[in-house]
Amino acid sequence: MVTIGIDVGAKNAKILILKDGEILISKYRESGFDQAGVTTALLDETLAELKLTRDDITSICSTGAGRKAVTFANEVVTEVSATSRATFEMYPEVRTVIDVGAEEGRAIRCGERGKVEDFAINEKCAAGSGAFTEAMARALELTVEELGKISLDSSASVPMNAQCAVFAESEVISLLHANTAKQDIAKAIHDAIASRIVSMTRRVGLNKPIALVGGMARNVGFVHSLNAAIEDEVLIPDSPEMTAAYGAALIAAERAA
Amino acid sequence: MAKEFWRWKEYNWQDENLNWRDGKVITGGVDVGSVSSQAVVMVDGELFAFSNMRTGSDSPNSALNAMNWALENTGMTLDHFDFIVGTGYGRVNVPFADKAITEIACHARGGNYMYGPTVRTILDMGGQDCKAILCDERGKVTNFLMNDKCAAGTGRGMEVFADLLGVSIEDVGDLSLDVDEEPPPVSSTCVVFAKSEAAGLLREGWSQSRVLAAYCSAMAHRVFTLLERVGVSPDFAITGGIAKNIGVVSRIERELNLTALKPKHDTQIAGALGAALFGKALVEKGKGRKNKAVA
Repeated sequence: MVTIGIDVGAKNAKILILKDGEILISKYRESGFDQAGVTTALLDETLAELKLTRDDITSICSTGAGRKAVTFANEVVTEVSATSRATFEMYPEVRTVIDVGAEEGRAIRCGERGKVEDFAINEKCAAGSGAFTEAMARALELTVEELGKISLDSSASVPMNAQCAVFAESEVISLLHANTAKQDIAKAIHDAIASRIVSMTRRVGLNKPIALVGGMARNVGFVHSLNAAIEDEVLIPDSPEMTAAYGAALIAAERAA
Repeated sequence: MAKEFWRWKEYNWQDENLNWRDGKVITGGVDVGSVSSQAVVMVDGELFAFSNMRTGSDSPNSALNAMNWALENTGMTLDHFDFIVGTGYGRVNVPFADKAITEIACHARGGNYMYGPTVRTILDMGGQDCKAILCDERGKVTNFLMNDKCAAGTGRGMEVFADLLGVSIEDVGDLSLDVDEEPPPVSSTCVVFAKSEAAGLLREGWSQSRVLAAYCSAMAHRVFTLLERVGVSPDFAITGGIAKNIGVVSRIERELNLTALKPKHDTQIAGALGAALFGKALVEKGKGRKNKAVA
């Protein structure tokens, strides 16, 4: 049985194709403003690459903020369901899933068998999302990858007063003017976002083991700050940004069975 | 260098008909905000000079620059003052001030002077915060609420939008009123997300005016909820930089069903003006400098 999970996020659309529990392929692309067009093109190109047609597919499940734009999906699930389902598949022992994407942060408490017991979401404010680090990287004239890397060279703890990404940008510029080293500013940025993510996670309970998924899990600086804040090491899958798409494909297979 | 659409006019002003050397009490107010700084000079309770400029990365320097600019070519120096009060976010960093007073108190006092004793509600829309202040007929604060955590509803948020749309910050208000009908407000609260939303609207073919209308009405609604929580009583007035944005002001007026009083002076100087007035009151209580230079 071949099933597909499509996760249309605020920044990227991801597709993952599953055949009898094995991942055949996964891909992503900027979701842009024409989410329906982007996901259709992504589906057709990915199928062509595998020499498959839409007739070979048993079920397609969509998730993510733009999940309703996927008109060809026959199943729809929330990001919370998809993310917790995939995390259970990869790490059945995990009790808390932290999912930080481009514009949203989520904390999910999982029970036995990956059942969602509680969750918290920040979708109103960029301060607890990838958009925050993007804005800060721009202010420092670095790529997000560079921002993450140089942060590891710092052991300073420079406090950031601003919570708002817009105000933090001005604060970063003031820190630069005050000759604060870029790596120390980078660490301050990651410490700030980690502290916000941890306080959101505390609302559902910081039960260990903890997994970190979503695109922000690629940011080594953030991961380091998060680990320091929770005094533990989060589990991170190989393709953390594909977690929700993977979960959607798994759910599609279960529902079709 | 790319045009900086957010950049608003920095300037100084002096009353050429007022001979400060004849004055008895000279007081100063310096408001070092997170985005802008103002210095005000009052002679016997009359506004004599002021400056309005962007805050630099160094608060003490910004305070001094603002004061020096207000005093430019007047012959007055820091030594001629009876009292100087610092206010605003950087108020403790005004090295030449005799006292620091919170900007809430100063905005109420300055608003009372600027709009008259009938004003009971002052909405201060600053660069990085927004305050709804209730005051009595003497300009004394009776209650207030503020948002200083989030750029939505602040001048900084408006600057971000001016830059995104490539519209000079001073034209945003007028342009936002140039629409046939009011579009639905931008739905994102966060300025970062509102920016993406606006970029999407522009791609859908919305005009600059329509996007600005949607943003100004979102901002107006946001501050309206702050005002509602504190409880508005007339007369109502707006201070701070956004008070110059007719697009936001007219939409707040519509939501409140109240007309804001028209300002006599630049709305950005309200805090510094209040500070200078506090200085005058302190001098009258005998707290003025004893070593003032003779003019």
